[in-house]
Amino acid sequence: MNAEEKTIRPGRMHYCPVCGHTIAQRIIGEVMDELGIRERTIGTAPVGCAVLLYDYFNCDIIECPHGRIPAVATGIKRMRPDNIVFAYGGDGDLLSIGLAETIHCANRGENITMIFINNAVYGMTGGQMAPTTLIGQQTITTPKGRMATETGAPLRICEMFETLASPVFIERVAVHDAPHMQRAKQAIRKAFQNQIEGKGFSFVEVLSMCPTHWKMGGKEACQFVGNEMAGYFPIKKFRDADG
Amino acid sequence: MANQRIPMETEKTLVMGNVAMSEAAIRAGCRFYAGYPITPQNEVSEYLAQALPAAGGVFLQAESELAAINMVFGAASTGARAMTSSSSPGISLMQEALSFIAAAQIPCFIANIMRGGPGLGNIDGSQADYFQATRGGGHGDYRLIVLAPWSVQEMYDLTIRAFDLGDHYRNPVMLLADGILGQMAEAIEFRELSPHDKPVPKDWALTGCEGRKPNVIQTLYLQKKDALEAKNIELQAKYDRITRELQLSEACDMEDAEIAVVAYGTPARIAHWAVKKARERGIKACLFRPITLWPFPALALRAVAVRCQKLLVVEMSQGQMIEDVKLAFFGTDLRPRIDFMGRGGGWYPKPKELLAEILEVAKR
Repeated sequence: MNAEEKTIRPGRMHYCPVCGHTIAQRIIGEVMDELGIRERTIGTAPVGCAVLLYDYFNCDIIECPHGRIPAVATGIKRMRPDNIVFAYGGDGDLLSIGLAETIHCANRGENITMIFINNAVYGMTGGQMAPTTLIGQQTITTPKGRMATETGAPLRICEMFETLASPVFIERVAVHDAPHMQRAKQAIRKAFQNQIEGKGFSFVEVLSMCPTHWKMGGKEACQFVGNEMAGYFPIKKFRDADG
Repeated sequence: MANQRIPMETEKTLVMGNVAMSEAAIRAGCRFYAGYPITPQNEVSEYLAQALPAAGGVFLQAESELAAINMVFGAASTGARAMTSSSSPGISLMQEALSFIAAAQIPCFIANIMRGGPGLGNIDGSQADYFQATRGGGHGDYRLIVLAPWSVQEMYDLTIRAFDLGDHYRNPVMLLADGILGQMAEAIEFRELSPHDKPVPKDWALTGCEGRKPNVIQTLYLQKKDALEAKNIELQAKYDRITRELQLSEACDMEDAEIAVVAYGTPARIAHWAVKKARERGIKACLFRPITLWPFPALALRAVAVRCQKLLVVEMSQGQMIEDVKLAFFGTDLRPRIDFMGRGGGWYPKPKELLAEILEVAKR
């Protein structure tokens, strides 16, 4: 154990090829290494494919009930304000079953870093519709494609957060190509930096690939993020209290 | 009373059950509370909203009971003493998290100031959550330690004890009190209680991994084939140990008794009076009062039944604890007659009704 040890443990992750979780988690790990915060960080593991986060992250981790990541993270941060807390969850966790917790956590302005993986589908349970599934997108529970008249339109959480006064940083990024990965890393770095400086709630939405449940090849999945998802979920910085 | 901290003094002070419990939590070292409004326990958050921050703690009104118990999960996972309180429907909402917390063996304190159910029920006192509290309530093989006060003094004493027991056994502890006990005021002593054990080092807590290996709090055991069953066996061994070590109860007027009234909480108070009155009429009655509902004090109850051939179980429900009373004699040679008297829907057994019932049972 020493500060030189890396955040991401050596070895392979279990995610499918081209899955966005692998990229997002490696970025978070690199940022934690660069900021030197591994030994003071407490992370939350979501329910879903990323539940095994603790097999990859060399830091304290708690596995949360589905949807309750923001509440668990709140309890940790309030008791350990000098630790760094990152809340990591997917679209089912943070936007469906846990939407209330997500919004109230943001609205309280909890001084945490929340990373939201949006891949427009439930991965671990086999590819059901998520709150972020695009109109027309086929999933196993929308076999004819999602219809707004049946299930509403995909939720855009960054835009919803824009109506709140408390969040200090809101950015939507993507990880489908190298330039976007670079920008994603900058955003995640800033979201951690804000917490270190005690600034408040910082949020990064990561548009992410799920080729397995989109039934696409890797290249096609990356194009889907860049074209279809980014078309509905604009990749941009919504708020940065530092200007 | 809810507007200022109760002063540190040994003289008796008139205080509501809900406030006595809240003050006890602070004195037990609780430094985190999250809760959501629900009657009849709102005095808890009213008191702690002021007193807990003043004591250096964190008070949070959560957006729901789901959030409240999960905030407690997070806070307690750092090793802090943490609590929530609610009443029956709100406690129902917490059951998923209680399963996780029990699985992860995170000590914390939950107060259920019971109201009438099922459904929205009413806001009067009740004991209809006995099954939920003692059988697990949430999914999976797990147990809560469940403590049942019968006075405002015990609302205070057992709350302090609950935090010690939670740390000692690494288990969530529930205080199960009917709404009458929460709302009632009595003069009590805010006494210093010695801890159950030496402060327990929490080397499992999430504090950042500097100088040690990372701590992981998990309840998923997916990868190795036998891992979950091994965890179940480990938990069960702990529950067996608690069952051996922690059966708490009290018996009054046992010496020559032939009939035992078995009751906890408010019905035990009423029974205490009714037993005295029955004895004045020559009926040799006694009171047996479980203090731990889980583990149920079966051993002490068997000792009572060696003497008493007749048991009268009294509850503010349609009959829930009576199952544990019957189970206490399973596999033994004891065969007491077991009768039941219950009032539900927010009602309590009236003293004279209960006295009449004891006299009736004496004739059988």
